[in-house]
Amino acid sequence: MHVTFSEEELAFQEEVRAFFRDELPDDIREAMDSGAELEPEMQIRWQKILFNKGWAGVNWPVEYGGTDWSPVQKYIFAREEGSANAPVVIPFGLRMVGPVIYTFGSDEQKKRFLPDILESNVWWCQGYSEPGAGSDLASLKMSADLAGDHYLVNGTKTWTTLGQHADWIFCLVRTSSDVARRQEGISFLLIDMQSPGVSVKPIILLDGTHEVNEIHFDNVEVPVENLVGEEGKGWTYGKVLLQHERTNSANTFRSEYRLRRLREQAARPVRGAAPLANDKNFMRRLAAVEVDLKALEYIELRTLAAVTSGKAPGPESSFLKIKGTEIHQAIDTLYMDAAGYYALPYNPGPGVGEGSETQSALAYFNFRKATIYAGSNEIQKNIIAKHVLGL
Amino acid sequence: MDFSLNEIQTMLADSVGKFIDNEYDFDTRQSYAGSDKGYSDAVWSMFAELGWTAVPFAEEDGGFGGGPPDTMVLMQSLARGLVVEPYLANIILAGGILKRTASAEQKDEWLQPVIAGELQATLAFNEPQARYDLANVTTTATRDGDAWILNGKKGLVLNGGTAELLIVPARTAGGAADRDGITLFAVDANTRGVSRNAYATVDGLQAAEVALDNVRVDDGRVLGEPGEGYPALDATIDDATLAVSAEAVGIMQVLTDKTVEYSKNRKQFGVPIGTFQALQHRMVDMLMACEEAQSLLVWSVMTRAADGDDSKRAVSSIKYLVGTKGRLVGEEAVQIHGGMGVTWELDVAHYFKRLTTIGQLFGNADWHLDQLASSPGT
Ligand SMILES: Cc1cc2nc3c(=O)[nH]c(=O)nc-3n(C[C@H](O)[C@H](O)[C@H](O)COP(=O)(O)OP(=O)(O)OC[C@H]3O[C@@H](n4cnc5c(N)ncnc54)[C@H](O)[C@@H]3O)c2cc1C
Repeated sequence: MHVTFSEEELAFQEEVRAFFRDELPDDIREAMDSGAELEPEMQIRWQKILFNKGWAGVNWPVEYGGTDWSPVQKYIFAREEGSANAPVVIPFGLRMVGPVIYTFGSDEQKKRFLPDILESNVWWCQGYSEPGAGSDLASLKMSADLAGDHYLVNGTKTWTTLGQHADWIFCLVRTSSDVARRQEGISFLLIDMQSPGVSVKPIILLDGTHEVNEIHFDNVEVPVENLVGEEGKGWTYGKVLLQHERTNSANTFRSEYRLRRLREQAARPVRGAAPLANDKNFMRRLAAVEVDLKALEYIELRTLAAVTSGKAPGPESSFLKIKGTEIHQAIDTLYMDAAGYYALPYNPGPGVGEGSETQSALAYFNFRKATIYAGSNEIQKNIIAKHVLGL
Repeated sequence: MDFSLNEIQTMLADSVGKFIDNEYDFDTRQSYAGSDKGYSDAVWSMFAELGWTAVPFAEEDGGFGGGPPDTMVLMQSLARGLVVEPYLANIILAGGILKRTASAEQKDEWLQPVIAGELQATLAFNEPQARYDLANVTTTATRDGDAWILNGKKGLVLNGGTAELLIVPARTAGGAADRDGITLFAVDANTRGVSRNAYATVDGLQAAEVALDNVRVDDGRVLGEPGEGYPALDATIDDATLAVSAEAVGIMQVLTDKTVEYSKNRKQFGVPIGTFQALQHRMVDMLMACEEAQSLLVWSVMTRAADGDDSKRAVSSIKYLVGTKGRLVGEEAVQIHGGMGVTWELDVAHYFKRLTTIGQLFGNADWHLDQLASSPGT
């Protein structure tokens, strides 16, 4: 039993670490440490730095400009990214629709879309959920009816993250209701957000941020060449993509980074107060989360070992999602509790509280979303019950 | 044994309940919270007219002669409307100090107008470095002829932006965290040297940082005996802790009801989500948390009203319980509402935020558990 990396892997780790140390711009680093959401401009600037290094397409095959890294290399990259508290790329282009297009798309689509996704020139968003179709995604209703050389699209997508910035949206749509299983009538469609009939309405989250949207499609004409793969196969393509979404949600080393900072914060007087390290109750809760996180790190490593030896990632991604989000939320809670009264001012401007204290309750509120989205944690448990326990 | 409300308490609960049903729906609340002041003057005057602001004061002070049980009923009823009007700051905090320490003359000057809804007041009980220790007061007051000069900083002063009267604990003797040597001052917020940085709080209410820079205050503004302010401060914060605990229990009940209701209506996989046993058991846990909290609240309030040896234990017990179970209920309510639970539009998130805020006020669960652990027990 051992967890040592090979010489080459260690050299790679050094390279990645140096990259994050030297290339992550100071203003972006500060914005990340403040705990607030990153401005789109910063996000794109960072993704272009990754692109220039050749590291934008982490999962992508080399023929499309990807890194072609081994699972261990990907793991090392994610680990260093978390430890540096560097921004995670916005997943919709690079992690979601990109892989669907290079796996299932036509040559024409690959040529047309992949370069701009890789270079972060075009902003994508994800149109799966609908007002009536959340956990039960297969009940989605947005219709795409074939009319000559285009589909006529009608319906509503909701919870669309950062859709207000998006140039394109990839959607699961219903192309047929005359099927044995609901899943079989679903297709995967790429839609230009500039198309006539598309309208975006903001949804404000509980912390006051505009992160998600409701998007209405009213007789939107979408050329047939924007259908990915075959009609009726959208569900299968979409599931491949969800698997990717979940493995990225463990965020182990970012959590480790945040716990390390919290320990440092606890060791010194904040606002002149006695160090929190004197508070046994708080430190015990902090230590308990550290233990949980170590266990998660090893769940992740054992999964990695299985993948490296040729096994496909299975329901383990559900473990990672559940534990990763629970631990993230537990850390948010600790930050809020550490801030005491200074968790409470709502965007008070400078000079109130120290460091990111006045962001801490907002971060706690905002991140309640993580156990709800990307397949709620209840749905993950249903998956585990079915596929692991055989119930 | 009888846990039912008396006639007056029943009337109070009914009248607050009617007011919220008829005049204080969620949209109205949001529009008050979003206004410049952060609450409605008209509503506040109405609270005074209906006598709600007089509840915890003695009859000789023009009050209603109510005790902890009456405040409990009122706070729990107001909780249902997530009321933003500054009852806690004016009546429980500033009023709590004034009723305990003010001379007859001082009561005429400040307490009567507070009860009448004509003077906005608050108590600056916290300093940035103090965490939850009330005795940690580093604001100083030094003698200057027949006046005092105040210097220091107060943090998260509830209602601090609009308050015209600030009750300020300041150190006139002793070391940084001594209970002796704290003097209470009634400071006019317009006095030269008082500066305020007002902001909203995450629950939609208002607070401020207050800085005192060579603020000159006459002797007539000392409340009680110099150096002996701590007992009144401590007793007032105990009242406030019970009051927000009652509010928290009210919110927990609302969240539980709303979640159960939502789970009966929201359909996924062709059935109401409330039919999933995974969610049913969790809603049962929420209900049990409410029942526990309501029961412990009753004990705490009765114990505090009797003012025996157990009084502080009662206060810490209920605050610990609403701190831990409130968090559970709030988080579950949001989770079971799915995406809707994290939106600004739905009231659920706002109940959750107020509940979370209460968790941080006057000592969080950890802090009160510590008080209990180091107290002699029963
Ligand atoms: C901030 C945020 C960003 C999002 N971004 C996107 C995006 O970019 N694109 C996109 O397409 N979608 C997005 N989503 C939508 C997200 O995927 C859905 O919210 C999620 O699928 C849950 O659906 P719902 O909100 O309708 O909740 P519901 O499905 O109504 O669920 C309500 C509750 O019931 C539980 N539940 C449901 N079914 C079961 C069951 N069978 N057993 C036990 N419990 C169950 C759920 O776990 C939840 O607690 C986002 C959501 C949020 C909150």
